[in-house]
Amino acid sequence: MAPKTLPVRTRTATTLGHAVASLSRRLGRGNGSVIGGRVLLAVDRHALGTLAEGHRAALVSGTNGKTTTTRLLSAALSSAGPIVTNLRGANMPAGLAAALGEGEPGALAVLEVDEAWLPAVAADVHPEVVLLLNLSRDQLDRNNEVRSLSTSWRRAIEDLPDATIVANADDPLTAYAAGSARRVTWVAAGQPWTADASGCPSCGGRILFASDGGWACDRCDLRRPIADVVLDGTTLVIAGQRLPLLLGLPGRANRANAAMAVAAASAFGVDPGVAVAALATTTDVDGRYRSLVLDGVPVRLLLAKNPAGWLEVLDIIGDNDGPVVVGINARIADGKDPSWLWDVPFEHLRGRFVVAAGERSHDLAVRLHYADVEHDREPDLRRAIAVAERRRPADGRVDVVANYTSFMALTASIADA
Amino acid sequence: MPDAVSLAVVYPDLLGTYGDGGNATILAQRLRWRGIPAEVVEVKAGETVPATCDAYVLGGGEDAPQTLAADQLIADGVLAAAVDRGATVLAICAGLQVVGRSFLAPDGRSRPGVGLLDCTTGRTAVKRAVGELVVEPGPDLNLPVLSGYENHAGLTTLGPTARPLGRVLTGIGNGNGDGTEGVVCGKVLGTYLHGPALARNPALADLVLGWIVGPLEPLDDSEAEGLREERLRAVRAASHEGGRKRWRLGR
Repeated sequence: MAPKTLPVRTRTATTLGHAVASLSRRLGRGNGSVIGGRVLLAVDRHALGTLAEGHRAALVSGTNGKTTTTRLLSAALSSAGPIVTNLRGANMPAGLAAALGEGEPGALAVLEVDEAWLPAVAADVHPEVVLLLNLSRDQLDRNNEVRSLSTSWRRAIEDLPDATIVANADDPLTAYAAGSARRVTWVAAGQPWTADASGCPSCGGRILFASDGGWACDRCDLRRPIADVVLDGTTLVIAGQRLPLLLGLPGRANRANAAMAVAAASAFGVDPGVAVAALATTTDVDGRYRSLVLDGVPVRLLLAKNPAGWLEVLDIIGDNDGPVVVGINARIADGKDPSWLWDVPFEHLRGRFVVAAGERSHDLAVRLHYADVEHDREPDLRRAIAVAERRRPADGRVDVVANYTSFMALTASIADA
Repeated sequence: MPDAVSLAVVYPDLLGTYGDGGNATILAQRLRWRGIPAEVVEVKAGETVPATCDAYVLGGGEDAPQTLAADQLIADGVLAAAVDRGATVLAICAGLQVVGRSFLAPDGRSRPGVGLLDCTTGRTAVKRAVGELVVEPGPDLNLPVLSGYENHAGLTTLGPTARPLGRVLTGIGNGNGDGTEGVVCGKVLGTYLHGPALARNPALADLVLGWIVGPLEPLDDSEAEGLREERLRAVRAASHEGGRKRWRLGR
């Protein structure tokens, strides 16, 4: 319920939004936070700022790892008091307003924010901490200028003189964005995908990458900042301590997400050792990384929605050589142009059996064909898992990797079963 | 053993936003599957373009890197010399604009292109062309209907020595009002088709390969043909749906 201290308009808006959200839930139209939030903002367009008052807030943004890092940071901060956070990737103002409207007064707000919405949300919410994870190509039909996002972030951060920015020092696009901040914690979190950062976001020169992770522009003085927090393999180096990162989530990318979360938690005054121990308990993020037996088949579920994400997922699934099911859709939320499949080095899957699935299984099958990867095609993801099962080693599993709406459809079908 | 056919991907770090690097992979594989050795060389920005490649492939990219790419290719001079020598060029989207005579930079100034295609590119005053693009190729090319995805703000006008790749059936293409798509001058082919273009259109891949190595044995293209037909069906279904919506709004 909306607290009594809110202005009447915001209180009415929150109550109405809440009613619409619960109606939407009862009608089985999802969790209702987006539609509820839309109603809320339609009644009171300043509601996001009003609702954020009294909450110390952290905003988490970037192309990949937003949802997971938000979850890890929520866990890392759990010792500091109650948390309010947005659920299931509802990361635009409507979803954020809905989440804040249901939060306890004074709770720490840990909010995942869509990359394009970060400047507007930051201006409303006045966050204490902002996490900038990475930027790379995603949704080709809409974000045709990934570098302009970096510039708009930088301007937004200039207007947050009191915030601490926790930024990935290894991605030139996040480093440039955070470069205007008064207080930055630079995290050497890594960014294996460099193809979108070869043009300097500051001057248009060329960014040259060294093999040790260093980078510098060949024209201006933009270069990799000296890191305050370093992810060194499976060890986190922070505040003079070396902490082993024992995570419940697999892969290098999640150690990077954890490094960002621990650095942010420490900006809120939580001891890094306490934070590391707290986030180790996270084993599943909205079904991502989850292992389960589905229709009698042991599977592991992974989300990958763009080339940078795929590089990280190929690293994770390289731990076995069992069959792989890949689900590709090209709806609005995925980006309607799946040409990015050609930027993914699917050649790494040679020697494994792959089933191309999803609404754009044809695009993927042609990509696998040219990559010389043995494959079959079955648009229906659940049936594709059955096709892969025939090639599963006795003690192995099937890795299922899907992009956004394909993954959502799969997890919804599991929840309904 | 014949010498390997060498294919250069020109500045993938500047002209590689839309997966067009796949076109080089496709050309190389289609040669290898026919027993013709092929190698792909990636030429990063700042490196010299090798003079002796058989074909050069350029992709789409963002506005600022596109200007950088054009400036470097003009200064380097290798690409123009290679075309004079008979090399093949496949240029997609921003790549097409770069190898034309001129294009309009984001600051509104006209910039020189490499001049391999007799065309000039302005910028559309209306909204960016984004969506499926279906093209009926020129009759002399002997190709089936082409499918791809376009994403550009270019407005390309052909000069007297250029001919279009084809006629737009769905989408925008060159966008200059004459209904054309793409530009062909000798063995230089420019098009707005992403997808990548050669993934969806194996016959277009073989047209380009034919320019490099001569007549080719057919391959089993059932999978790529399946993709092309599915995309063409999807466009037909969407235009049918669009027609119904308009009809409803008109009531």
